[in-house]
Order: sequence, then structure tokens, then C-alpha cells
Amino acid sequence: MAQIFHHSTNTIARVSIYGAVLLLLLLGYVVDVVNNSSYVTEVHNARPQPVPFSHKHHSGELGLDCRYCHSSVEVSSSAGMPPTQTCMTCHSQIWTNAAILEPVRASYRDSKPLSWTRVNAVPDFVYFNHSIHVAKGVGCTTCHGPIGEMNITWRENSLYMRWCLECHNAPENYLRPRSEVFNPFYQPPSNQVELGLRLMKEYKVQKLTNCTTCHR
Amino acid sequence: MDTENENGGRTDVDIATLRQLTKEGNAPRFWRGLEELAGTSEFRDNAENEFPHGANDPNATLDRRELLKVMAASAAFAGLTGCTKLPTQHIVPYVREPEQIIPGKPLFYATAVTLDGIATGVLVESHMSRPTKLEGNPDHPESLGSSNSFAQASILGLYDPDRSRAEVRDGRIASWSEFQSELSSALAGEKGAGGAGLRLLTQTITSPSLAAQINQFLKSYPSAKWLQYESAGRDNVREGAKLAFGEYVNTVYRVENAEVILALDSNFLTSGPGSLRYAREFARKRRVEGTESKMNRLYAVECTPTNTGSMADHRLRMPALDIESFARALGKELGLNVAAGSGSLSASAEWISAVARDLRQHAGASLVVAGDQQPPIVHALVHAINQKLGNFDKTVYFTQPLEESPTNQWRSMGELAADLRDGKVTTLLILGCNPAYDAPADLGFRELLPKVKFSAQLGSYEDETSQLCHWHIPQAHALESWGDGKGYDGTITLIQPLIAPLYDGKSEQDFLALLNQAGKPSHDILREYWQAQKTTAPRFDAFWEQTLRDGVMAGTAFPAKQVSLKPGFAEQSPAVHAQGLEIVFRPDPTIWDGRFANNGWLQELPKPLTKLTWDSVAMVSPKTAQRLGLHSEEAVELKFQGRTIVAPVWVMPGHADESVTVFLGYGRTRAGRVGTGVGFDAGWIRPYGTPWIGSGLEIRKTGDKWPLAATQTHNSMEGRELVRVATIEEYRQNPAFAQGDVVKNPLSLYPEVKYEGYSWGMAVDLNACTGCGACVTACQAENNIAVVGKREVIIGREMHWIRIDRYYEGDVDDPKTYHEPVLCMHCEDAPCEVVCPVAATVHSPEGLNEMIYNRCVGTRYCSNNCPYKVRRFNFGLYSDWETPSLFGMRNPNVSVRSRGVMEKCSYCVQRINAVKIESEKQDRSVRDGEILTACQQSCPSEAIVFGNINDRTSRVAKLKGNTLNYSLLEELNTRPRTTYQARLRNPNPEIKKTAAV
Repeated sequence: MAQIFHHSTNTIARVSIYGAVLLLLLLGYVVDVVNNSSYVTEVHNARPQPVPFSHKHHSGELGLDCRYCHSSVEVSSSAGMPPTQTCMTCHSQIWTNAAILEPVRASYRDSKPLSWTRVNAVPDFVYFNHSIHVAKGVGCTTCHGPIGEMNITWRENSLYMRWCLECHNAPENYLRPRSEVFNPFYQPPSNQVELGLRLMKEYKVQKLTNCTTCHR
Repeated sequence: MDTENENGGRTDVDIATLRQLTKEGNAPRFWRGLEELAGTSEFRDNAENEFPHGANDPNATLDRRELLKVMAASAAFAGLTGCTKLPTQHIVPYVREPEQIIPGKPLFYATAVTLDGIATGVLVESHMSRPTKLEGNPDHPESLGSSNSFAQASILGLYDPDRSRAEVRDGRIASWSEFQSELSSALAGEKGAGGAGLRLLTQTITSPSLAAQINQFLKSYPSAKWLQYESAGRDNVREGAKLAFGEYVNTVYRVENAEVILALDSNFLTSGPGSLRYAREFARKRRVEGTESKMNRLYAVECTPTNTGSMADHRLRMPALDIESFARALGKELGLNVAAGSGSLSASAEWISAVARDLRQHAGASLVVAGDQQPPIVHALVHAINQKLGNFDKTVYFTQPLEESPTNQWRSMGELAADLRDGKVTTLLILGCNPAYDAPADLGFRELLPKVKFSAQLGSYEDETSQLCHWHIPQAHALESWGDGKGYDGTITLIQPLIAPLYDGKSEQDFLALLNQAGKPSHDILREYWQAQKTTAPRFDAFWEQTLRDGVMAGTAFPAKQVSLKPGFAEQSPAVHAQGLEIVFRPDPTIWDGRFANNGWLQELPKPLTKLTWDSVAMVSPKTAQRLGLHSEEAVELKFQGRTIVAPVWVMPGHADESVTVFLGYGRTRAGRVGTGVGFDAGWIRPYGTPWIGSGLEIRKTGDKWPLAATQTHNSMEGRELVRVATIEEYRQNPAFAQGDVVKNPLSLYPEVKYEGYSWGMAVDLNACTGCGACVTACQAENNIAVVGKREVIIGREMHWIRIDRYYEGDVDDPKTYHEPVLCMHCEDAPCEVVCPVAATVHSPEGLNEMIYNRCVGTRYCSNNCPYKVRRFNFGLYSDWETPSLFGMRNPNVSVRSRGVMEKCSYCVQRINAVKIESEKQDRSVRDGEILTACQQSCPSEAIVFGNINDRTSRVAKLKGNTLNYSLLEELNTRPRTTYQARLRNPNPEIKKTAAV
């Protein structure tokens, strides 16, 4: 009786089996790369805004405190977005005719709010609270990146849970003194871990990694 | 009716056998229902299958091959879900930020909700001007921080998508300005005759400012009539006071001073004005902290089992019509000159004299309470008895009436019907009433209303009445309007809007302002009214701001009023009742007189005693059911005074024999998508002559089935003693009676976890729980819990995170009743956690058993392994993700669950986290009592205590250290964090056994 399968079938079988495994691995790798690409995470992707607001100018160069605009950052889960009125405290005095600021003046004139594009977002099932992070010595720039250098604001970090846990597992690597929380140019010292461990004790920082800390 | 699939399992409940079993002591001590006691096949089926006839959905059309295809596709794309890109979102800040509003921080405003005109103070949680939850107002004398299910569910009433949204004229959409012009021409036509053809029909009004508006309006139309009507109103209470004292007065109890209480067909602990406070004071008088603690004693004489009856130390069941005879016999026993009643009470003579002795021994510290549905003579007799016992000004006092114009509402409805029939009424203005549905059926409002020349109804829904009126005007919700009202003791409570009217509705104040104040804003009317009243207040602005902030006007409780008993009423011989089966009408415990029929939360809230949802029943006692050959879930025809209705039977242990109770509020024909066509309309057989109790009911079997959705049989006790009870004497002799014979600290395979910081726990006092169900609705509002509907409840898929189990003890005919709230136990060694393949349920370092919706893949292993059956699975997409009006209602701090996800009590982890964050920011630890879970906050009788067990001084730790403390199923060694304090009873040693009637 003749052989049913040709001799080459062995090779084809081997290639297709290992190939399939490799293909799956490759597919997994591709998914991972895509998932972490700025296409999905929006990291370093400066989003267009109704007014090209520059954090670099206001925060970095003029030295406005973060809390001047994000006024509820110390009391609420939400840092707060400034009402048009806050913009107009200065811009009713300076740059009053700048064309670039027309949407702001129009908003104030017509009582129509500005609609900003959200840059930093977590999904709805994540209950993040700004106030407690600020109180425990987590600086603005720790999550939001070099905000004092951003002309148009971008997202610095993926805000994935994996990323959150980097700090929640080892806060000592990121904490800074409370006095430096709102400093946009803060650079961690060389003895960060030593400082971080001291601050953890001083500020009673816990390593909260249980699920209902953020999900409920 | 569907007769095919319903196997009618309940028909094999043989009451005679069960009675024998319980008499001989062969039955388990505690039982949950007749089905369990009988061990019927249906009950076994329900108990053994966690989701009876559920897991394999009979309606599922998916076959195996198709399922595999879908599964393969899901598996292939499973990894891709991670690639979801967040959609672009926008942030829209204010232009000018309002004061006080901080995004992410709720604000609380004080206002009030009213039922039958009586206002109860509430605090409303508002997220960015969006009301989401009501809590009791701690400053309000009735609420004291607690609330009931009606108040909790009113938030759903606000966002109800079925509320009427437009002015309607004869079935077509019209406008407010059109209505204004038509109304003014109709009123102009009435002016000539002084308003002789004008009638204004409102609900009970305790609001001083609204009454002032009405009276001012009536000045222009001196011959017009203002009528008030509530179908479940308190006419008997008012008329009883008039009979006794010759004038209308308001009766207020001081339960805190009462050592012995006798309730005559009264449910004063969970229903009626003052009930929240009464329940709290009652429970405080029963709190047992050690063997030296004393308890008050409650006797209940009643026909229909109520929550108050279930709290009683002695309960005597008796047909409602015989309670008058009981009151007369008691009066006689206490030395009053009273004519004997018509009923025979020889069987309970010993009981009566024992109660009378107990009352007399506690003269001045005793209290007799008559039920709202009892006839006026019973109320008058009770007033005489309380006076005889020296209870006036000690446990009961009187004030001027709460109603601005107290009347006999039932009678004025009869007069209105007569006037309509005679064609005397040409203009009828109805504010918030629905007479076409709830007026006595034989008055024929459905035929009479269309005869009126000009009729207009202000109502929240386009209901039975609006269909028959020329005009329907959408009514603003209480959370959308300005107003005021009186609390149970006369305290003035201001009502302020939390939100602008969603559908441009008008309040009663707005409507009246249109009549004679040229549409002045209701806020101005209210403020000016009080400014005129408070001319002595030095700075009215400050006074007004303070009152709005507090919700209650300080010092406005009515002072006690001196009353004197009129002679003569007690000596008169009582009326003789017709023979035959008795019928008792009662407002429904969850949807009242039908006004809450379209509220899904209240429809699905199990009725406290029957545990039925989505239906009303005709209740009969086991003995009467046996005599008539009736079985639960059987449709029968009820015939009363020439009118018939088909109703399902429910055999109710503890109900009086030869009596049938039916509940108002169901059988609505135009209630909305939730309430229309649910249940039967008991009001149809409720004639003008018999508002509450009558005799001569006829019952005819129809041979049909009427499946009912009762939650009580969904889980089984399997013979274990989950509720532990003793008398106070037994407790004093054996303080550790509640401790099982289980080895303390047995071996465990689980590693021992040490809790360094907080360690949360809960203690539930069964001695305080009245089973009212406020916690269930509060939990539903706080945690965005979905409503599933009758069909799903029947197959055991209700979603409530907390349930109140009801247990019976003893005799089938006259059992003792106990309530036990069961929620997630947050077991230390939780059986659910180890079986989850995806770690969707895990333990927190503070001892919480966490449920992570995003991880859950819906295996349901956890629920299968949970011995307490407290986990709830979203078999379908129960949460409404489509109706936009409901989005605003949801608690923004709790995820809305989707299909295929398990959920359960979280100990309100969102509240724990919020308080913890605040305390951490202030660099301190959480104070005891700072975190209130939603159930705890709503509970009127303070039965639920939550806190940190690691703090030895916390209330919860102390309660857990009490010898009354026990765990459910502790032999399983799950080490629950929710524990119970055993129920204690304080029976009168003179009464040997509960007397049979």
C-alpha cells in the first residue's frame, strides 16, 4: 500500500505547528506593542484645544501656582477646571485684544462655557482622588510630567493600572516633601529612596494595593 | 392566567398536618414559610437549586452548536478588549463658578417629603446640583436621621421617565399659557354665583402657606368648596378624637416613657405620623446590654399581621371588627363605664385581664394605641383608657390638629359625588389627587368626572383621572418645589427645590398662585408668608437662612393641649355587625394607596410580612383557608356588596380566622410602564359605606392559578437555627444562650491574617429590627441596584444586596415572627474567594470581602459556594443603560453593573473610602460612628451598627463583646464580620401560653 502522506508532510506539520505557536506569540507581542503605543495610550500626544493654553507659559515662566486654576485639588477627588472667570481675572487686564483669546472672551461675554479636550483620563470604573495624593506628598509632575515645559498639554503617562501600581507598590521612589508638591520643576534628590522612606513614615503613607482602593 | 407551567406545588401544603406537627413538637422550631414546613416538592426544588429553573433559561434560544461558535469568537477576541482606546472626552467648566459647588464633593440640603400631608425632614445629597440620595434629617423630630422606604424611593420618583411632561388638553399637547386663559375664563364664569359651582380637591394639607393661599382664593369665591381626600387617610383617627373630646386634635405618643404598650390593630412602629421616632424610642427601651437591662413590653391585638405585631411580646389575633369589643372589655376591666361589645371574647378573657393588670401596674408609664383603620369608637375608647391609666401628658399628649382644615375626607368625597351627580359642579380643580382610581368605587367618579364643564388635574402622572379631565398639568416633584409642611408634632419643615423642574412641572403653590396671585413665584409667596408670621424676628433674613439650612423651624412644635373627655360615647351600645366573612382593607406596605405604583424600587421591595413583590393578595389564615379549601397562589373571586374582583390567595400564618385582608394601591390602569396592570384593584370592591372593615364577603374559587413572586422561599435554613431567641428571663439565667456549642478558635487551613489598622465589622440587633425595609431601599439607592421585575423575582434573581429574612416560630395558625436582615457577612475565611478562578473577589487588608466587577467573568462559583446566599448575579442587563432620565439619579461613586457580573454588599466601601480620605488629610484616624453605611443610616430603630472592630471602645466592638452576639452558621468556621445580637422577648409571666381565639 502506498504511503498516504508524502514525505514532505513531516516538514509541513512541524513548520505549521511551531509556526502557529510563533504566530500566537507574535500576535501577543503586537497586541502588547499596540496597547502601549501612544496611538492607544495618547502618551505624548498634544491634544488640540479651543484655546492653545500653555502650561509652560503660565506655570513654568510666570510661576502661577497650580492651585490658582485647579482650585479643588486639595479638597476633592477632582482637581477642578478653572471657570472662564478665572481666566478673565488676568485677561480682562492683559492681552485684552489678543485674537488667540477670543474664545475665552466670547465665553465670558455669552455665558457659554469653553469645552476643553480631556488630556488625562482614567476609565469610569476607576475612582481616583487628587486630594489624598497631594496630601501624601505625590507631586503634580509625578503623574502629569514636566507640565512647566508643555506648550500644549500632553499626557505623560499611560495611566494604566500597571503604571499606578509602580508607585502604590513602592511609594518611596516617588514621594516628595509636601512643600514641593506643586513645584513644576522639582527634581528628585539623589537619595530619593532614603527621603521617600522617611516621608512615608512622616506622612503615614500606606501601600494601598487592594482593589476597592480605586474600584467599587 | 398561565396554568400549564405552574405545577401548583403550594397546593400540597396540608395545613391540618402542619398544625399537628407544630403542636406535637415534631416540626423544626423556626420556619420560614408553610412550604418549608411542609417540605413541598416546589420548596425543595427552590431550596436545592440556587437559581431554580434559572440557570438553564427556558426562554433561551441558543443551541449548543451556536453557543460554541459564539464562545470561539469570544475567545479569539478576548485579548483585544485591552486595546480599547478611551474615547475623547471633554471638560466643560463653568463660566462663573457658583459658590460652594466643588466637583467631586456632594452638598447636602435640608428639605422634606410628605405623605398624607405629614412632612418628614430629609437631607438630600446633591452632586453638581443633581440630587441622588435622601437621608433623614437628624434635626427633624421625627426622622432623627433615619428615613423610611417611601422617602428613600422618592428619588426614583423624581427621575421617573413616565412622569407627565406636558400640559394636555383633551388628549392633545397644549401649553401653560393656553391653560391660563381657559382657566381664567372658567373662573370668570364662576364669579357670578360666588363660586357655587367651583370645587377644589386637594390632598391633606398641613402646609400653612398653601392653606393661606387656598383661603385667600376662597375669599373671592365664598360659595366655592375646598375638599381634601386621601384614600388611605386618617379620618377614623380624627373622628375618634372628635368623639372623645368634641374637637379634632392630633395625638402624639411618647414611647420613650412607656413601659407597657398595647397596640390595637395599630402598626405605629412602621406606619403613620411619628413612626420613625416611635420605632427608635421603642427599640431604645428594649436594648439589652447586660442581665440587669430592662425591657419594655408590647402587646398587640390585630387582625392583619403587621411589623408591630411581629415585635410584640404577646400577640392576640382577632378579626378587625372584634377589636372594638376588645377595647370595650379592656375598658370595663380597667373600671370604665363601657357598654359591652357585640363580639364574644370569652376565649381571651384571661388574656385581657392579665393585660389590664399589667397596664394598671404601670399606670402613667403605659400606652394604648389604636390603629388608623379601626373605627372612631375604638380611638375614643383608647383615649378614655389612656386617661384612666393616667397616661395623658406622660406617654401621650394632644396638640391642635396638624391639618390646616381637618375634615371628614371620606364624607366630603361623598358630598362631592352627590354634587357632581346633581350637576352642581361646573368647575373642578384637582391638585395631586386621583379620584378616578382611588375614590370609593360605588360613588362612580369614573362616570361623573366627564360631566363637569371645566375640569383640570395637577398630577405627576397622566393617570386614570387625567384621562377624564379636560386639562392635565404636570406636577413638580417635592424635590423641585418650594413649600412647607408640619411634622408629626407640628414642627414646621421647609421644602426647598434641589433642581429646577425637569419637565417644567408646577407645584400646588404655583397652581394656586395662578388662581389669584398672578403667577407669583412660589418662593416669594412662601417667604412673604413666613415674613408676615415672624414679624417679631429681629432679622428675618438670618432667620430664613437658618431655617432653610436646618430644614426645621426651631421651636414650632405644637404645645400640648388640654383636652377633656366628653361623656356618653362609651356607654352607648355598639352597632351590631352583619354575619359572614370579614373583609379588611389596608394601604399597601410598599406602594401605599397606589401613588407609588410606578416606583420599581417600592414594587420590588418585599412586603415586610409576606415577602411578596409586584403583587397584592387576599390574605387568609390557614384555618380559614382550610375551611374554604383555598391555597396560596390560587385566583379567587371576591364578592363584596355586589361588586366582584379576582384576586390571588395568600395563606398567611398569624392572620385572624374568618377574615380576609386585601391591600389598596394595585390594579392601576394608567400608572406608567412599571405600575400599570400590576395586581388587582381592591378599591373596586371598597364601597363608600365600608372604608376599612366590613363583613359579608363571599369567596368563589375560579380554578385558575395566579403565580406570585415571594422572596421568602428562595433560600433554605436546612434546619439550622439562624435566628436565636430567648425570653429575658431565660437570658438572665443563661446569658450565653445565644452562643452555640461550637469550638472557639478551631483549626483552619487558611493562614491567620493580622489586621493592624482598621478592621471593619457590623453588628445587627435582632431585638431592634422591625423589618420595615428602609435599609433595603436605602441600599438600592446608594449602590445603584437594579430592578428586575416580577418574572425574574419568581425565579430567584432579585438583586437586593440586603434582604430581611422573616422567620416563624411555633404554631402554624399563630406563630411568632422574627426579622433578620442578611447582607454579605464579609467572612474572614470567605468561601467565595477561594473558588473564583479570576480573583474577582478578594480580601482587603481591612477585612472587607471585595468584589471587582471588571475582573468578574460570571462563573457564579462564588455564589454557589456562599453559605449565606448573599451574592447577586446579573443574569440579564438589569441596569437601565438606555433611559437618559435615570442617569442623573445614580450614585456617581458606585459603578453601574452590566450583564454577566456578580455583585454583593460592599459595606458601602465608597463611604468608607471617602471618610478615610478626609481623616487622613486631617492626620487623624476615623472616629467611631463617622462612617455610616446606607442601611445603618436609614434604620429607624438603630438595629445596624458599623465600625472598626480593632477599636475596643467602638460601639460595634462592644456589641460584639456582648454574650448575645452570635454568627450565622458559625460551625462552618467562615468567621463572619457581620454578627447578630439575639432577639429577646419580655413576656408577661401571667400569660402562660398565647390564648387561642
